[in-house]
Amino acid sequence: MNSLLSIKDLNVSFDTPRGMLEAVRNVDIEIAAGMSVGIVGESGSGKTVLSRAAMGLLQGSNVHRTGTVVFDGHELTAMTRPEVRSHFGTGMAMIFQDPMTALNPVRRIGAQISESLIFRLGMSKKDALKRSLELLQLVRIPDAKSMLRKFPYQLSGGMRQRVMIAIAISCNPKLLFADEPTTALDVTVQAQILQLLRELREDLGMAMVLVTHDLGVVAGNTDYVAVMYAGQVVEFSPTTKLFADMRMPYTEALLESIPKIDHPAGKRLLAIAGRLPDPTDRGSGCSFAPRCRYSQAKCLEESPTLKTDPDGHLYRCLFPIGEAL
Amino acid sequence: MSKFGFWLQRVTQVLIVLLLVTFGASLLLRLIPVDLATILIPNGSESEREILRTEIGLNKGPIGYYLQWLGNFVHGDLGKIYFSGGTETVSGHLAKAMPRSLLLMAYTQVLALSVAIPLGVISAYRAGRRTDRIISNVLFVMSSIPGFAIALILIIVVGVKLAWLPTLGYATYSEGIWEHFKHMLMPVLSLSFGLIATYTRLLRADMIASLREDYVTMAMSKGLSDRRILWKHVFRPSSITLFTSAALSMGGLIGGAIVIESIFATYGVGFEIFVAIAGRQYISLQSCVAVIALFYVFFNLIVDIGSGFVDPRTRDRRVNV
Repeated sequence: MNSLLSIKDLNVSFDTPRGMLEAVRNVDIEIAAGMSVGIVGESGSGKTVLSRAAMGLLQGSNVHRTGTVVFDGHELTAMTRPEVRSHFGTGMAMIFQDPMTALNPVRRIGAQISESLIFRLGMSKKDALKRSLELLQLVRIPDAKSMLRKFPYQLSGGMRQRVMIAIAISCNPKLLFADEPTTALDVTVQAQILQLLRELREDLGMAMVLVTHDLGVVAGNTDYVAVMYAGQVVEFSPTTKLFADMRMPYTEALLESIPKIDHPAGKRLLAIAGRLPDPTDRGSGCSFAPRCRYSQAKCLEESPTLKTDPDGHLYRCLFPIGEAL
Repeated sequence: MSKFGFWLQRVTQVLIVLLLVTFGASLLLRLIPVDLATILIPNGSESEREILRTEIGLNKGPIGYYLQWLGNFVHGDLGKIYFSGGTETVSGHLAKAMPRSLLLMAYTQVLALSVAIPLGVISAYRAGRRTDRIISNVLFVMSSIPGFAIALILIIVVGVKLAWLPTLGYATYSEGIWEHFKHMLMPVLSLSFGLIATYTRLLRADMIASLREDYVTMAMSKGLSDRRILWKHVFRPSSITLFTSAALSMGGLIGGAIVIESIFATYGVGFEIFVAIAGRQYISLQSCVAVIALFYVFFNLIVDIGSGFVDPRTRDRRVNV
C-alpha cells in the first residue's frame, strides 16, 4: 500500500502527579491517499490523543512520544517543530470537536480563514479575503459575504463548524483529521456536516481520519475503521467488513450499547459494565478482560497481540468472536 | 440595544457617579464639627469670615452649599486657597499641577506596560521553566519593595552618589525635552516598579489560561509560528484584565502619587492634595477630589469602550458564549 500517513509503534504518555499516564500504546496505522479511516472508542480510549500526537500538536515537557510517524514521505517524528509546521494546513489539517471553543473569540471570521492563506500560501490580504469568501461558499454558508465580518459568538454551532472546515481545507490539505466533528452539534446538523465532509473529500481527493465515539457516524463515512480501547488499537478492518464480521468482543459491546429506535420503553439500555482501566496502571493481561463477557482465566494473565486474518482484518483478542473455543 | 441608547445609558451612569462622589466629598466637609470659616482664615476678622460664609455658601444647608459649589465648579471656579490671602485659586494651582500628574501617570503606564507585556507573554510561554521562574522571582522582590523606598534608593544611588539625575523638582517641555525627562525618570521608575509586577502576573495568569484553549491548538494546526500565535491569538483575549487594571490604576496614579510627588517635589495633584490637607484648605481638597473623580470616571469610560475593541463579546449584551 502506498501510504500517505504511516504510524508505527506510536506510544504517547503523560507525566502526571499520579504517575505515567499511558494514553496511546503501540499503535500502527497506515492511511493511503484519499482514504477515509475512522477511529472509534469510548471517551478516554486515546483516540483524540492519537490524532493530535500523529500530527505533532501535543506539546509540553510532560508529553512523551515514541515511535515514528511518516507523512507523505517525511518522517515527522524526526523533524524540528518548524519543519513539522511546514506541513500543517497544506499537508495535514485538523477540525476540532467543539466549534464553540476552537475559533478565536476575538477575531473576525474573515481574518481567521485568510490567516492560513496569507501565512501558509503567501497570498496577499486582498486575494486571501476573496478566497475566504469562496471557501465559505464551498462549505455552504449562506450570506458568506457578511460572514467575513462577523465574530464567532455571532454564529450558531453548525455555522461555526462549517467555518472551521473552511479553515481546515483552505490550503488544500492531503489529509484531514476530524476530531469528533459532529459531537457538539444537533443531530440534523450532524448529518449536514457529515454530508459536507463526504462531498468535500470527493471533490478535493482528501484523505480523512474521522475520530468519533459513534459507530453510526463511522458506518457511512469511512473506508476503514480502527477501534481503540485503553490506548490500543484493538480491531482494524474495512468498515463494511467490521460490521458484518467483527472479531473483537469490545467492538461488539460498543455496537450493542447504541440505543435502538425500537428499544422497548422502560427497558434498561445496554451499557458496557465496568469502566476503562486506570491509564497510569497498565496491569498484565487484556485491558478489556475485566469487562468482557467472553473472558477466560488466560485473558487476565496474557496480553493479546494483534492477530491478522488472511483478509487483513486485525484484532487484539485471545478468543475472538467466531472462533471455536 | 441601539448605539444611541447605549451611550445615553453610559453617560447617565457617569453623571450619577460624579454627582454622588462630589456630594459625598461636600458632605464630609460639612461634617467637620468646627466652623469652616475659622479654619480657612484663622487670622481673619469676624466680618471677613461672614463675607467668606456667604461667598462659598457656608451659611446655607448642606444641599444648598453643595449646589452652590457645583454651580461654581461647572463654571470653572474651584474655590480659592485662603492661606495665601485668597489671591490664589484652586483652578490656577491645578492648571499647573494637573499636566505634571497626567504626564507622570502616562509615562509610568507606558513604561510599566511596555516592560510587563513582553515579560508576561514570555513567562506564560515558558511557564514553569527557568525563564519563568527567574522572572517571577525578580517580580516578587520588585513588588515587595514599596515605591517610596525605591524612590529613596534611587535618590541616593543615581541622584547623589552617581549624580546622573536631578533629585528634585520638575522641568517643563519648554525648559528642554531632555531636562524634562531627566526630572521625570526617577519618579516614573519608583511608581512603575510595583505596577510592572502586578501587570506581568495578571497577564501571565490570563495567558496561561488562554494557552489551554482549543483555539490555540487550532491556530497551531494552521501552521502558524509560535510568535504569531502568542501575539495574535493569545495576547488579545488575555489582555482584558490587564487593561482594566491599568485603567483603574490611572486614577490612583493621578491623585495617589502623593508620597512620590512629595519626595521628588514634582508638585503634581498629589502634592496639591497634600498641601490642602496640611494647610486645612478644605475647599481646595473638595475640588481636587472632584477633579480626580472626573478623571477616574473618564478613564473607566475609555476602558469600557476599549474592551469592546479588545474583546468583541463585551460589545453585545446578548452574548451567549
